[in-house]
Amino acid sequence: MTVEVKVTATLQKLVGGARIVQGEGGTVREVLDDLESRHPGIKDMVMVDGQIHRFVNIYLNDEDVRFLAQLDTRISEGDVLSILPALAGGA
Amino acid sequence: MVRGRDDMPVSVYIPTPFRRLTGNQTYVKAEGRTVGEVLDSLGSAYPALRHMIYNEADEIPGHVNIYVNNHEIQSLQGKDTPVNDGDEMAVIPAIAGGAVVLTPDQVNRYSRHIIMPQVGPSGQRKLMETRVLIVGAGGLGGPAALYLALAGIGTIGIVDFDVVDLSNLQRQVLHQNDDVGKAKTQSAKETLLAYNPDVNVVIHNTPITSDNAMEIIPQYDMVVNGADNFTTRYLVNDASYFAGKTLVDGSILLFDGQATVFVPGSGCYRCLFPAPPPPGMVPNCAEAGVLGALTGVMGSIQAIEVIKQVLGIGESLVSRLLLFDALSMDFRVVKLRRDPKCPLCGDDATITELIDYEGFCGAPFPGPDGH
Repeated sequence: MTVEVKVTATLQKLVGGARIVQGEGGTVREVLDDLESRHPGIKDMVMVDGQIHRFVNIYLNDEDVRFLAQLDTRISEGDVLSILPALAGGA
Repeated sequence: MVRGRDDMPVSVYIPTPFRRLTGNQTYVKAEGRTVGEVLDSLGSAYPALRHMIYNEADEIPGHVNIYVNNHEIQSLQGKDTPVNDGDEMAVIPAIAGGAVVLTPDQVNRYSRHIIMPQVGPSGQRKLMETRVLIVGAGGLGGPAALYLALAGIGTIGIVDFDVVDLSNLQRQVLHQNDDVGKAKTQSAKETLLAYNPDVNVVIHNTPITSDNAMEIIPQYDMVVNGADNFTTRYLVNDASYFAGKTLVDGSILLFDGQATVFVPGSGCYRCLFPAPPPPGMVPNCAEAGVLGALTGVMGSIQAIEVIKQVLGIGESLVSRLLLFDALSMDFRVVKLRRDPKCPLCGDDATITELIDYEGFCGAPFPGPDGH
């Protein structure tokens, strides 16, 4: 299954500057594995020790996957994933 | 308006708040057979006055009373009340009542807010009784403070330790070329007072830390977060929660902005991002850059959320995170939930007082005491 993945801010440089990339997989984990195969390094920015970093949120449509099934959250055709790191800038 | 056969010339009293709109005339002549027709005739002759006596729905707003010979028209036949030659009408905005009385100049200054039924004189008074703390007089804090000052927020506190640097001027609207080298709090105060001398600007020329946060934040009703580092963000989140204050959060980097509102009990910054990134993993604006005009968008959104909270109108960003991507011009909203496992506001909270934020974030507070 192909889904659209929106990539924010500093993560964009890991996907060649794109803001939207296509990912393949039936779960969030599988999509991240697929992205890693084409954009090495992105998993380290999003995950540590097999879990999503605590300063990174992944949204399935408008829902934080932390409140769904985390990395095992299932994905359906037409879903949009968003990867959002915390931003601290204000000045 | 062409005078019809039956039109009656009526004298209309214009009170001081509206007099500037009628060329400083205390009485103006208008014509019509009914109050509605006289007001239409008045509106045609003085278009600026029309904005004061009719709202968007073309109705007389609730805070404006129309009198015919000293009788309020609601007690007569409303806009259909007939008028006769020699009658005297008056157009009187409500300005008194409550703890704060709006002066004629204030009615004039805030007229574009007051004429909206969602604000009105009572809403304006609420704004004037509100105290807002701005954390950081920079990219976000600047436009937020500016629009809050223009809106007549009664007290605006500004906490910042920094001095204005030339590199700030690409985006920080409170500071100008001559301010380089000046304390940001002082520069901000001068700018805000130049825009609106009504506002009480209180400056806290210090870094906000675990030592002073619980002295500063409880003095205010709401907090606007324009901090530029994670250490301060977690501190301000926790202190606002402990003080029971609404926190209007915003953050920016590159072309991206995030904004939300944390009301104690409805989730907090720790529910959104349980822990900060390791130092160096997410760059700050000084390292990565930020679009100057983006700060204006996000800071203005923070000011809007403050005003909505004060007025109790609309749907706030409580439990929602607004994401703005300036490159694709895409605004999106995702859900934000209170995390029952949150160590600050969860069911079994373990954080009961301010902690060692430098240790938690692995980075010092910026500023004289943080270096």
